[in-house]
Amino acid sequence: MFDNDPVLLSRILTYLTLGFHAIFATIGVGIPMMIAIAEWMGMKRKDPHYTLLARRWARGFVITVAIGVVTGTAIGLQLSLLWPNFMQAAGHTIGLPMFMETFAFFFEAIFLGIYLYTWDRFKTKMKHFLLLIPIVIGATASAFFITTVNAFMNVPQGFEIVDGIVTNVNPIEAMFNPATPTKISHVIIICYLTSAFVLATIAAVKILKGNKSVYHRKALHMTMVAAAVFAVGTAVIGDLSGKYLHEYQPEKLAAAEWHFETERGAPLILGGYLTEDNEVKYALELPYALSILSGFSPDTEVVGLNEFEDDVLPPLFIHYFFDTMVFIGMYLAFVSTLFVFLNWTKKWNAFNKPLLMMIAAGGPLSILAMESGWIFTEVGRQPWILNGIMRTSEGATSSEHVGLMLILFALLYTVLGVTCAGVLRKMFRSNPVEREMYKRGINNYEV
Amino acid sequence: MTYEVVGITVLWLFLYGYLIVASVDFGAGFFSYYSKRKNKESVIHSIIQRYLSPVWEVTNVFLVFFFIGIVGFFPDTAYYYGTALLIPGSVAIILLAIRGSYYAFATYGAKESNFYSFLYGATGLLIPASLTTVLTISEGGYISVDDGNVSLLYGELFSSLYSWGVVILAVVSVLFISAAFLTYYAARAKDNEAFSLLRKYALTWAFPSIIMGIIVFALLEQRNPEHFASMLEYWWMFGISFMAFLTAAWLIWKKKNLGIAFIMVMIQYFAAFFAYGASHLPYLLYPHLTIYDGFTNEAMAAALIIAFIAGLFLLIPSLYLLMRLFLFDAEYVEGRR
Ligand code: HDD
Ligand code: HEM
Ligand code: HEM
Repeated sequence: MFDNDPVLLSRILTYLTLGFHAIFATIGVGIPMMIAIAEWMGMKRKDPHYTLLARRWARGFVITVAIGVVTGTAIGLQLSLLWPNFMQAAGHTIGLPMFMETFAFFFEAIFLGIYLYTWDRFKTKMKHFLLLIPIVIGATASAFFITTVNAFMNVPQGFEIVDGIVTNVNPIEAMFNPATPTKISHVIIICYLTSAFVLATIAAVKILKGNKSVYHRKALHMTMVAAAVFAVGTAVIGDLSGKYLHEYQPEKLAAAEWHFETERGAPLILGGYLTEDNEVKYALELPYALSILSGFSPDTEVVGLNEFEDDVLPPLFIHYFFDTMVFIGMYLAFVSTLFVFLNWTKKWNAFNKPLLMMIAAGGPLSILAMESGWIFTEVGRQPWILNGIMRTSEGATSSEHVGLMLILFALLYTVLGVTCAGVLRKMFRSNPVEREMYKRGINNYEV
Repeated sequence: MTYEVVGITVLWLFLYGYLIVASVDFGAGFFSYYSKRKNKESVIHSIIQRYLSPVWEVTNVFLVFFFIGIVGFFPDTAYYYGTALLIPGSVAIILLAIRGSYYAFATYGAKESNFYSFLYGATGLLIPASLTTVLTISEGGYISVDDGNVSLLYGELFSSLYSWGVVILAVVSVLFISAAFLTYYAARAKDNEAFSLLRKYALTWAFPSIIMGIIVFALLEQRNPEHFASMLEYWWMFGISFMAFLTAAWLIWKKKNLGIAFIMVMIQYFAAFFAYGASHLPYLLYPHLTIYDGFTNEAMAAALIIAFIAGLFLLIPSLYLLMRLFLFDAEYVEGRR
């Protein structure tokens, strides 16, 4: 099957590196935000529990950032190694945001270094808190810049090709293409959402295991309030992303929805499977929903797959990735708002076991949703690496050694992943929060 | 100056920055491992920890800046080097990944482990060796290009004296730069034991580094006579480099003005690195690619340069803050914070 085909192997290796990096990148963008919220609450309410939360999260964050940095460095170099032709074209057209991204990293890296080593060094707590602002801005800006590059791959614009040569380049127009608004807002908010849920999972698991410390309860409440806001925001922005696809990449939307005939009042298909002659079986149909997703009203006309040539259509299995993402998105919004509501009314116990278990599942599920979202949008762009301009097969390297590199990198990521998990466990086990509260003279009581 | 020259100068400047900060880091890894083996670890370990912990991520960004920037300014390099360097490039990535992450694991996470510090030490020497292959290849003759197919000639690379010369030069330079910096830092920290050990390392590696520089210079004459000839035109810069080296070595020997001594080391490498770079022009890859045919379009070049200048306004104050807190703050350096 592999036949030492550099194109296929390069795709698999890119998939592996980006898929692995995306986990650390996503929480790398989101966790500084959560740390900032916790440190702010600790300062404003003079509540040392929140400050301790910020401290402990920051300590774990260092480990995940390290992996984010090294895998990101890997992508940055690997893009040139595996996709030299693509990078040559990209350098001419979309080099600007890639370049600016490195400034964002730089900015973030400097202040992160300072933040981590100056907990007790300034006279006022405010000064230390202020260091987080450049970190949050730097992390979010790097997501912003790199996502504009990805948006450009979906709607390349801001240049002309005359006799195979790129001319008349307008870097700003290339950066702010029609895919940019929905993509950046969706990506940034899911970073916050995923991070809030990953941190909530930790607190929920602790409470489920019978830990009654008020510390974990505060952590859970804070992360859930944040998650509820981000989850609703994600769904709204996701809906706008659908409208963007309808307008600019109808083939991707149609493939995601197995929508063959152009029609008004199109239904949304959930799950199911596709027979040999393109019949949808065992799927749940929501009447009119696809038309509403595409253009606010049930009689929006949705273009079907039959309008396109076969060789520019993406694989139809992206349907499942789309469904997974949307389903989990709804789930996260439901769970977090339910928790916040129950806790607010005070009539019911928000910390009941089933709900805690649902929250605990939310962290891993949000990572799954994030991966599904990326796979959906990247595979949904195939066969193009630059939509409508360069095919993926034209972008790849011609080297024969990609297979060997694939094996090496797979090993590397396995080792990194396993050690990361091990180190994080050890770090928090050997310094449990109860002991740290005791050492710092923080009052620990049970509820 | 043309856009092309501005572009390559900016990139070269960042590569120089990486050369200095990364050398300090790489060498420190090696010394830390070496002294651990010799049971002198406690002496220099805390010095190394205190300086390196806050800055390792910043070091990495210098490199990222260079290889992202070069694709922006000179997109054709992605095509030539990207295709040829798949294996050495991937090896360098893997080494960097191991180093970066295990450094974080060992420092913040787990307890001290011999295995981590071995990885940290070994990668410190292997990374410079693998990264310098790029400079070697740029001299020409190691890459074949036939109808659009670029490939690296491994036999040629591994059997070439010049390429091994460059590798050794890189390794000894790393050790020298690093030891010179750490000597200065130890002196500031008023840690006498660490100071005398590190000073010994600095003096040990001083002469090998200059000798290797001369040997590589001579080997280049056979490798690429054209480049060698234009290097001779920059003889005065190599002269400055040599004088700076002598001053640095003398000051370290005399245990005087160690800050100035380190600045001299920086000048030594700055002069040699820029003389090498300037004489290499116009070629990015001899003889296939020059800065003129590989350059991006004008609109992009202008945008990149504007972004660069705006970026500097952000970076310089922040870097200054970082240095003030960790490098120039006597209490921190002495370990009282
Ligand atoms: C530079 C812009 C860029 C950005 C921001 C992303 N990607 Fe992408 N992606 C590429 C650049 C790219 C690429 C290297 O250009 C690929 C290789 C083949 C292709 O079409 O695009 C690609 C392919 C690709 C594929 C394989 C598609 C296939 O070949 O069938 C997957 C699953 C992803 N990426 C996943 C991701 C993830 C998880 C990202 C988040 C971190 C991501 N992409 C962001
Ligand atoms: C193909 C696309 C991508 C490239 C080329 C890329 C490149 C890089 C590089 C070179 C680094 C290391 C920077 C350093 O040394 O500090 C990095 C780290 C990082 N990247 Fe990516 N990246 C890509 C995709 C993404 C995406 C889509 C996101 C966000 C959603 C992202 C967010 C981050 C974050 C948060 C880090 C963590 C390191 C830090 O905090 O500095 N990256 N990336
Ligand atoms: C709740 C309902 C959601 C809807 C309706 C939705 C919709 C969409 C759409 C239409 C796209 C494709 C955009 C494009 O290709 O340009 C997309 C992409 C994506 N989604 Fe979602 N999404 C939802 C929830 C989520 C959640 C919960 C996550 C992760 C935690 C997520 C992660 C992503 C990612 C990473 C991408 C790729 C980046 C992008 O193209 O914007 N989505 N989503």
